[in-house]
Amino acid sequence: MTSTAGVESRILRAPHPVPGAPDNWKRFFSFNTDAKVIGIQYIATALFFLLVGGLLAMIMRGELITPEADLVDRTVYNGLYTMHGTIMLFLFIFPVLNGLNNLLIPCMIGAPDMAFPKLNAAAFWLVPVFGVILMASFLVPGGPASSGWWSYPPVSLQNPLGHLINGEALWILAVALSGISSIMGAVNFVTTILRMRAPGMTLTRMPIFCWTAFSAQTIQLIGLPALTGGAVMLLFDLVVGTSFYRPEGGGDPVLYQHFFWFYSHPAVYVIILPVFGVFSELFPVYARKPLFGYPFVAGASLVIVGLSLIVWVHHMFPSGVPQWMRDAFMVTTMLIAVPTGIKVFAWLATLWGGKLRLNTAMLFALGGLFNFVFAGVTGIMLATVPVDIHVNNTYFVVGHFHYVIYGAATMGVYAAIYHWFPKFTGHMYYEGLGKLHFLLTFIGTSLNFFPMHPLGLMGMPRRVSSYDPEFAFWNVIASLGAFLLGVSIIPFLLNLVSSWVRGAKAPANPWNAIGLEWLLPSPPPAENFEEHVPTVISGPYGYGTGRPLVEHQDEIERALLQA
Amino acid sequence: MTISPPLDAAAPSPESHEAAHANYSLTGFIIFLCSESVIFLAFFSGYAVLKLSALQWLPPGVEGLEWRTPLLYTVVLVSSSGTVALAEHFLSKGQIWGFRAFWLLSMAMGAVFLYGQAIEWRSLDFGITSGSFGSCFYLLTGFHGLHVLSGILLMALMLQRSFRPANYAAGEQGVIATSLFWHFVDVIWVLLFLLLYAWS
Repeated sequence: MTSTAGVESRILRAPHPVPGAPDNWKRFFSFNTDAKVIGIQYIATALFFLLVGGLLAMIMRGELITPEADLVDRTVYNGLYTMHGTIMLFLFIFPVLNGLNNLLIPCMIGAPDMAFPKLNAAAFWLVPVFGVILMASFLVPGGPASSGWWSYPPVSLQNPLGHLINGEALWILAVALSGISSIMGAVNFVTTILRMRAPGMTLTRMPIFCWTAFSAQTIQLIGLPALTGGAVMLLFDLVVGTSFYRPEGGGDPVLYQHFFWFYSHPAVYVIILPVFGVFSELFPVYARKPLFGYPFVAGASLVIVGLSLIVWVHHMFPSGVPQWMRDAFMVTTMLIAVPTGIKVFAWLATLWGGKLRLNTAMLFALGGLFNFVFAGVTGIMLATVPVDIHVNNTYFVVGHFHYVIYGAATMGVYAAIYHWFPKFTGHMYYEGLGKLHFLLTFIGTSLNFFPMHPLGLMGMPRRVSSYDPEFAFWNVIASLGAFLLGVSIIPFLLNLVSSWVRGAKAPANPWNAIGLEWLLPSPPPAENFEEHVPTVISGPYGYGTGRPLVEHQDEIERALLQA
Repeated sequence: MTISPPLDAAAPSPESHEAAHANYSLTGFIIFLCSESVIFLAFFSGYAVLKLSALQWLPPGVEGLEWRTPLLYTVVLVSSSGTVALAEHFLSKGQIWGFRAFWLLSMAMGAVFLYGQAIEWRSLDFGITSGSFGSCFYLLTGFHGLHVLSGILLMALMLQRSFRPANYAAGEQGVIATSLFWHFVDVIWVLLFLLLYAWS
């Protein structure tokens, strides 16, 4: 027993690939505790659910291409948008970001692995479990949850068929499991960042991605338990018949909205903060300049954490909240523009006068930044109480949200996947396919989500399967954009699979980037540097300054070239 | 281990690895406790909002909660924080039997508290579906009771570990974590007692 375990661990520690080692595709289907395997497991699972969620979205857009409700039944349509939102948030964007966290954080800070490798693997394996639970709700009598991804009571408390196992109950169970998985992950990421940094890597020398991941995971730790508490009460109301939210028993439906948005607004910062980190990593590499204003970009992340926890009522301006609350939350919401503005200007200053290298990763980062600025402007409009009352529950909100989530966040995720693909697979991706993916994605995003803004201003409500013919023009364009986005996934997946299988071998540092992860071979061995962690002697992003990042950098780079 | 020395030399020794990870465990556990406290915060604020905005808070026929007996059990639970601290004190002085005695006493006091809770639940003439008041009461006390139960189980685990040879040679992070959890559960109960029984 000891001898086999010893040999196993020796092989796992050796650089990939080792003949006869469990370094094959099977390890991605096992309870593996290596953060880099878990990272790829997260990303692959997330991309699968991106396809599922995207398919639902395209069915909806197929329905909306004509004003009449003629493609699917209205009740089915309710289930479609509910499941689309839930899948995309809990099964695509959170897992894909956790995948990036797993790949990048230990390598960037020079840690051998996460602080709690088994907890890490358990957190990942909960994702397919609640994924299956959520998918199973398509099969139960009455269909899946149909009350929107917010699950507001009293709508979500309706259980017309009276079954104990119904779509809504499965939805709550899946969301609760997702919350447990995320908290397990967050404890792990925060502990790893706090305790396992390389010698010499002070907090002020940490890459921005780690700052933003730390900030995002802090939000998870503060916000998720509130949602979990709220969801437990919803489950009790639905299954046991308690009266937390049931007005007839003295409950308060608006209370649920507070719990829900106390987490679910900060959740968008959980999503966008790591993407800010990706922008901050990529722009210096491809502009060959140090990041402008590092301390401010890092500090702004923490300011966003603080502010994100006191803005949630802006989702409830029309929910009968008192006027003072509306005023206060309008102000706090607008304040968020200050730290985000700091970041945007820092990126612009980084790009300014730089020698830009427009490969696929950089194009996605620039496209994501462009879309984020657009979404930020509509976000400020929505923060204004009079505008929000006017466009609330219209397509304006849907457009704004999708610009953030797809236009900025998902494009940032694509940028990260392309940028670090050579590092973690050991193969270069195909630039041509990548640029085609970018082109289709950018055009598809604009065609799909821009028309939602004029539609919302004209007054088209969200969550309807039929609409007045005056809205038809913009809806046709949006639907075509949605199908184009569906097509854009084809070159992406083709690129990932074919370049991993037969792409050119990647050197250790294909982009001439500065960072601990680029001082590891591609792909990095299990346990990364093991105990030979280099000592960090200067801050990150020293492009064009000639300062080495770590002690003995020349020797490490020479060794990597020879290998 | 049958590994040849050169390969094995590069590997960090399992002992040092485990010690380092145990250290992180405490950090991780404290982070988890902070996060856990937000669930209670959510329940507390939900309770406060429902109570303050209720037209009729108590279900018909219910006068209010009897607080004297629960106060007695409160004293038992809160003093178990003291016995846990004493147990830790004995552990730090290396007196393992003193640790075990007071550790077991704390577990017993937790069990007495749970027993009192069960007795009270059985004597009440309202249920979890008796309006918002009943919903809140059973959710809050039940969720806290689950934490007391988890605490007792954690303590049993630590007690069992203390019989493993040389387990406490280099200090035991698990004991520190468990006692932190126990103090946490006690503080939550004091707040809960004030909210449920004193505020009426």
